[in-house]
Amino acid sequence: MSTLLTLLNSPALKWISALSLAVALLIAPFTVYPLFLMNVFCFVLFASALNLVLGYAGLLSLGHAAFFGGAAYVTAHVAKEWGWPFEIAILAGMAFAALIGLVMGLIGIKRHGIYFAMITLALAQMIYFLAVQMPFTNGEDGIQSIPRGTLLGLIDLSDIRAMYFVVLSLALLGLLLIWRTIHSPFGHILAAIRENEPRAVSLGLDVARYKLMAFVLSATLSGLAGSLKVLSFQLAALSNVSWHLSGEVVLMTLIGGLGTFAGPIIGSTFVVALEHYLATSGLPVSLVVGVIFMACVMLFRRGIWGEAKARLSAMMERQDPDSH
Amino acid sequence: MTDHRLEVEDLHSWYGESHILHGASFHVNRGEVVTLLGRNGAGKTTMMRTLMGVVRQRKGKAVLDGTDLLATPPHRVAKLGLGYVPEERGIFSSLTVAENLVLPPIVKPGGMSIEDIHKLFPNLKGRDRTIGTRLSGGEQQMLAIARILRTGADFILLDEPTEGLAPVIVDDIARALGTLRSMGLTIILVEQNTRFATNCADRHYVMDQGRIVDEFSNDALRADISKIDAYLGV
Amino acid sequence: MPDIFGVPMVVLLGQIMLGLINGSFYAVLSLGLAIIFGMLNVINFAHGALYMMGAFVTWILLSTVGINYWTALFVAPMIVGLFGIVIERLALRHLYKVDHLYSLLFTFGMALALEGLFRYIYGSAGKPYPVPEQLAGVFKLGFMILPVYRAWVIVAAVIVCVAVWLVIEKTRLGAWLRAATENPSLVTAFGINVPLMLTLTYGFCVGLAGFAGVLAAPIYQVSPGMGSNLIIVVFAVVVIGGLGSIGGSILTGLSLGVIEGLTKTFYPSASTIVIFVVMAIVLIIRPAGLFGREA
Repeated sequence: MSTLLTLLNSPALKWISALSLAVALLIAPFTVYPLFLMNVFCFVLFASALNLVLGYAGLLSLGHAAFFGGAAYVTAHVAKEWGWPFEIAILAGMAFAALIGLVMGLIGIKRHGIYFAMITLALAQMIYFLAVQMPFTNGEDGIQSIPRGTLLGLIDLSDIRAMYFVVLSLALLGLLLIWRTIHSPFGHILAAIRENEPRAVSLGLDVARYKLMAFVLSATLSGLAGSLKVLSFQLAALSNVSWHLSGEVVLMTLIGGLGTFAGPIIGSTFVVALEHYLATSGLPVSLVVGVIFMACVMLFRRGIWGEAKARLSAMMERQDPDSH
Repeated sequence: MTDHRLEVEDLHSWYGESHILHGASFHVNRGEVVTLLGRNGAGKTTMMRTLMGVVRQRKGKAVLDGTDLLATPPHRVAKLGLGYVPEERGIFSSLTVAENLVLPPIVKPGGMSIEDIHKLFPNLKGRDRTIGTRLSGGEQQMLAIARILRTGADFILLDEPTEGLAPVIVDDIARALGTLRSMGLTIILVEQNTRFATNCADRHYVMDQGRIVDEFSNDALRADISKIDAYLGV
Repeated sequence: MPDIFGVPMVVLLGQIMLGLINGSFYAVLSLGLAIIFGMLNVINFAHGALYMMGAFVTWILLSTVGINYWTALFVAPMIVGLFGIVIERLALRHLYKVDHLYSLLFTFGMALALEGLFRYIYGSAGKPYPVPEQLAGVFKLGFMILPVYRAWVIVAAVIVCVAVWLVIEKTRLGAWLRAATENPSLVTAFGINVPLMLTLTYGFCVGLAGFAGVLAAPIYQVSPGMGSNLIIVVFAVVVIGGLGSIGGSILTGLSLGVIEGLTKTFYPSASTIVIFVVMAIVLIIRPAGLFGREA
């Protein structure tokens, strides 16, 4: 038992698992359905971006679909109707997400807990209704057959494997940015605010500004996820802006483990895979997802990764009581 | 033969992780006014909250008129005749004076009528529609006592009724306590004001670090009030 | 009749009336949300789904057992209320002690699950429900033709809202509820079973949502999705009115329905978002909401 634990903790194991993960991601598109994996990557990035505000800054946003779906529509329109290149289409989506993130943040950031949740929910619903009504979104039909274009004018992205690697790299880049953010002084300030906001205020921190910065960053990265998804599937639809999606991404983060880096990655992979499976099984997706949501809140609020970490460290302590 | 109404033995209680009462033991006889004296943090308020069942993590023995308080669900405690006048008075800001007054349900026959209450506390008369927390501190204290008297409770826990009140109001409260005593009610009084305590009570217990550490008859304490000073750290 | 800003008075009054009908639903639903929030500190995301459940129960009662509208008006809210009581006992009460966000997330999952369940069993298509014959027909008001049933909805909703408001503000039971919101442990020490009171409050408010569902059945098609977009609008109404104000949520609900109706007349394409715009403006000017006293 103790050898297993030492093994689990050893740097060698970390390298081996990282290496095997890398190899798996490289050969995956040649074995598994690549669109499924691209969907997973988009949601991994989306859930990790949400976790930045929900897990690290303690702000429950129920409006993140507005960033994801808003960016998706903008990217789709820019790529299809204006014919602008891939990179610009994605940047336009992210810029739009950042902008609505900023507006939403300015309106709601000073409110706490459930108030913030309800405000983000309602403002996102406004984006949803705009998407239903504005002519460029084509309402229920959505924007279809969106061209992916080329990467830097060189690589044709209509090849799905090329697109796979582009989505993978951009999602990893996004994750790296989140990793750097939470381990930066800025990330530590966010943690301090979440732990004890009155104390942070008394230390003279401009709490609202830090929260707003985190919120806008999270919105922008959610926008990146939405833009990548819309170019992968070449379809922008209303479901990308609906409140169900905002809730689902919260579930992904919660089920993996709030406030842990790996949590949303595990949670979103699990939920996307589950929904993929349910879609063909004939079982009602939202019923199953809803029940899992309820069970998760009642039974394991720390999520899969949070629970695993807690169990593991409890085991270590029993193994080695003098380790501190 | 003494007639113990309340028998507390080796009572412990906890707020979450922190252990507050450390095996306190004392008793109260029928019709007695007993005080709990002691410095801040000695566990006096916790004792009241533990007896009332507001603090749920507890063990030991606390028996009122033969009923085990520790086995009684918190909403049944009042029905045993225990009336609680909390520290900070607990007047509700969303209720008027009249609503505050009739809020606690009647638990036993023999409670005071509204007229009796207005006679005892004339300040409350004609204030029915005022918001409870708009009353002055002294009036709020009167209201907090009055609403318990209406229920017919015959064993009253009074937590620092004179805290922060002007001397003239303290005299009013003292007079009211005298009336209650003459009505035969049993009272536990938590007090910081030793002079007030010696004017109202029959016996005194001293609490320190969650235990009862000493006991005085009122005459003994009146004879030499400095006995208590060491405990209170004056 | 005269025109107002180029809109015929007849059309305008018609839209105001339609707005009042929507506003009646906003008022009944936001009233329940406000009480649940005030007492239990729970944002009941499932409120819309329970409204849908009320409408479905009404439809099922008629189509399978032949129980008519008037009986359903009592039975359906009771069934929904009992369902709420079970949920409170089994789940919600265990979440009072943890962060409020978890009860919000729990009821969110419940909303998804209920909607999914009804869609799985009955499909997405709307089911028509006949207007009860006693309420068929129309009132000819001169400026508009008002179906009797719609007038009934407004009257029933207003009566229920006012009755609930009176109970809470003017009765002894209401005083216990208000006191328990402030200091539950002291109210318990006075001999009142607060946990039981919370269970019954949740059951009652959820029953109110079911009642709104019964009222809605003959107007809107009974469908699994009927509550999901409505609930977000009601949340906005609650934010505008300010959580914790019972009277405020009734007034805000009705008047926002009218504002929505007016927008439909003057600038139709903005009518779906006008409530959210109002919410944003109110939040900027008065962060605690119009009637709120939130810290």
